[in-house]
Amino acid sequence: MAVCVRQSRNSIINHVKAKMGLLGLTCLSSSMPSLNNDHRTLSAASLAKDLRNQNSVLENKPILYRTRRFDSTKPHQRSGVQSNVANSQFLDFPGGKVAFTSEMRFISESPKERIPCYRVLDDDGQLIEGGINVGKEIAVKMYSDMATLQTMDTIFYDAQRQGRISFYLTTIGEEAINIASAAALTIDDFVVPQYREPGVLLWRGFTLEQFANQCFSNRGDDCRGRQMPIHYGSKKLNYLTVASTIASQLPHAVGVAYSLKMDGKDACAVTYFGDGGSSEGDFHAALNFAAVTEAPVLFICRNNGWAISTPTSDQFRSDGIVVRGEAYGVRSIRVDGNDTLALYSAVRTAREMAICEQRPILIEAMTYRVGHHSTSDDSTKYRPVDEIELWRSARDPITRFRKWIESNGWWSSEAESELRSNVRKQLLDAIQVAERTEKPPLVDMFTDVYDAVPSNLSEQEKWLRETIKIHPQDYPSDFPL
Amino acid sequence: MATIFQGLRGGAAAALTNSIDSKKLLSRSTRRSLSERKVSFPVVRSDGSVNLNPGGSNARARRVDQLITNAVATKADSSAASSTSKPGHELLLFEALREGLEEEMDRDPHVCVMGEDVGHYGGSYKVTRGLAVKYGDLRVLDTPIAENSFTGMGIGAAMTGLRPIVEGMNMGFLLLAFNQISNNCGMLHYTSGGQFTIPVVIRGPGGVGRQLGAEHSQRLESYFQSIPGIQMVACSTPYNAKGLMKAAIRSENPVILFEHVLLYNLKERIPDEEYICNLEEAEMVRPGEHVTILTYSRMRYHVMQAAKTLVNKGYDPEVIDIRSLKPFDLHMIGNSVKKTHRVLIVEECMRTGGIGASLTAAITENFHDYLDAPIVCLSSQDVPTPYAGTLEEWTVVQPAQIVTAVEQLCQ
Repeated sequence: MAVCVRQSRNSIINHVKAKMGLLGLTCLSSSMPSLNNDHRTLSAASLAKDLRNQNSVLENKPILYRTRRFDSTKPHQRSGVQSNVANSQFLDFPGGKVAFTSEMRFISESPKERIPCYRVLDDDGQLIEGGINVGKEIAVKMYSDMATLQTMDTIFYDAQRQGRISFYLTTIGEEAINIASAAALTIDDFVVPQYREPGVLLWRGFTLEQFANQCFSNRGDDCRGRQMPIHYGSKKLNYLTVASTIASQLPHAVGVAYSLKMDGKDACAVTYFGDGGSSEGDFHAALNFAAVTEAPVLFICRNNGWAISTPTSDQFRSDGIVVRGEAYGVRSIRVDGNDTLALYSAVRTAREMAICEQRPILIEAMTYRVGHHSTSDDSTKYRPVDEIELWRSARDPITRFRKWIESNGWWSSEAESELRSNVRKQLLDAIQVAERTEKPPLVDMFTDVYDAVPSNLSEQEKWLRETIKIHPQDYPSDFPL
Repeated sequence: MATIFQGLRGGAAAALTNSIDSKKLLSRSTRRSLSERKVSFPVVRSDGSVNLNPGGSNARARRVDQLITNAVATKADSSAASSTSKPGHELLLFEALREGLEEEMDRDPHVCVMGEDVGHYGGSYKVTRGLAVKYGDLRVLDTPIAENSFTGMGIGAAMTGLRPIVEGMNMGFLLLAFNQISNNCGMLHYTSGGQFTIPVVIRGPGGVGRQLGAEHSQRLESYFQSIPGIQMVACSTPYNAKGLMKAAIRSENPVILFEHVLLYNLKERIPDEEYICNLEEAEMVRPGEHVTILTYSRMRYHVMQAAKTLVNKGYDPEVIDIRSLKPFDLHMIGNSVKKTHRVLIVEECMRTGGIGASLTAAITENFHDYLDAPIVCLSSQDVPTPYAGTLEEWTVVQPAQIVTAVEQLCQ
């Protein structure tokens, strides 16, 4: 059985790889329930080709959009099951036919080889495989946004160290995951983040001033001063407000996908989480639910090797996160998280699959958390400094991508220094302005708990105001009432 | 604040149907030093109300019918209930819930249901029976067993425009969803600066049933009452069950609707025309002058049972079904306290940290000057609900204790 399992994995990867080459992979607005699989002929053909070549065990049943699941009680037909059966009888257990074997073989707990990682740019930013068509405009925007994100992280981190903001979390080392995935999505795709994905907001148009306002919790903050720094959110940009709880957003993403599915929208839900978050119960159930409800959601795991001080070897014993997809019936892929182009292609393709086929997709992006977990952490305490430096310099995703766009003649060192200095200046200005902007008024403490302020909260507000009037010296004087 | 604890040998021991040793009943522990303990329990109990009849269903039905007569007949709810001459139609409480649900699903295509076995099975208590066939099994979604996750899913769907109703098969299972309910459901509207609303309804049966065991007899209202950002209501009659269900679905806030396992088969005649009940209002069950009895859910029926006895003894209790557990309807409660000056709270929650405890604090804070006597709160003991029928009986406040408490209060 171990042999079969491995083969099926390889075939999935090859199949997906072949699909990467299909630049023109289009998918009509197919979320209308009444459409069937006709539009899939393009990829079905390539799929058929792969099947003949690879002898895969991918399900080759036609891809149907099912709104009714009355056949949920019928056993699934899994065709083409490869097995070393001595006796080829099958039994109809609940859940489907299972072949018998007289050979007692345990499936190994770990594969002989780990699942390989999809990449198209080598360490020097040279294209390995052809076929990814990213135009100049998108490429340059991706690079600029990555550089902006990096600069923003550096400056805000320093601001925290200077005591100007209370807390910050950097995305250093994971900029490619943020920006490339954002670029591959549309604005209608609803993003449900963990907390290390501000790049997605940046790509969608969140301004540096807005970032600064949220970090300073001032009157311009979209969260009205109610959340910690880096807990951004924007309904306009379809990005759910960050909550501090780990992995609780994964079931939310399934709910969002369910909502999109009910409305028949040409969009998917996208959610991010880390290697640590995959240990939470919500991860398990969200993947399971997404598979069962056939929800169009992308689960993007930023496997950056560390959950604060817990390395992945203490977090799980599986081959990373990607192998878990199959356990839940979710199609998955492992990608080099520091390769901008590979990520862009993978997410783009996954998105098409999720929407056209109405299924969840799991993407594991391998990367490294170059920064500390947050400003409350000093990672040199639990990992070697030279390891951090290696990933910061030699394996920096931004530099790697820069080499590629420069080799295409789309970027230069002048453009680089201009961008960096502009962004830096903008950020410093934004911080200065945000720092001096008034904090939210007292009334914002009591609004939005419910849709309308109830009487008990009005009373509590009144009581608080009276207290402040009586004891003004005990309350901050610059606090707007 | 003197309280009368339910001793394990409490008045409810009339569960021993025929062989009652009245001396045993007298040996209850109470803080108040009382001259006499008039024992009228055997009289009270002998109308076949509560007993250990494990034969169950017939006795139960009989009992339930008796309780209904008490509750509905004395209802003085002025809100358009049965003031019209139209006959309306009769149905059971679970059917009333379903009717409310179905009407809202017809009215608004964004309303959907998710929970375990809600689809083709029709729900464990048949509240969603027939809905999957009518609306499809995407809109009435059967979920795998992961309460935290389908509650989270409901929250995510609510934030992007749907109005999900999340059913917990038993309220106790929603303890697994506490993280989502507290950290996300209650908070995200606030922490997102008002950008995302979560119009979700979380409902399910709770309370002490008939020998369901400790884990299935939880009173979740105690645990959830602190969470900011949510509203809690408890239904007790088919009329208010339908009304509250509809109001909860239409509310923009997350609402937790508490149903009771033993009340699903209550029958009542409700109006044909559409109505909703106000989520923040209490219900005046029986106006009176001598004492205010505050209660909700199943305890309403025990109180009304006791009220019958009290009336025979010459007392005039005012019974209010508080219905809104968060926030309390201090307006109606306050007016009642100002009239009667005596308060008795009868609840099913545990003594510690229950709805009664919060209500006692709220009334004391706001209406202290109007009280002639300390507030008395009758609750269940701080024990997990035992399985044995007799023991289970004794953990729940029984009408006899209510009668006694009123008598003491009105001395």
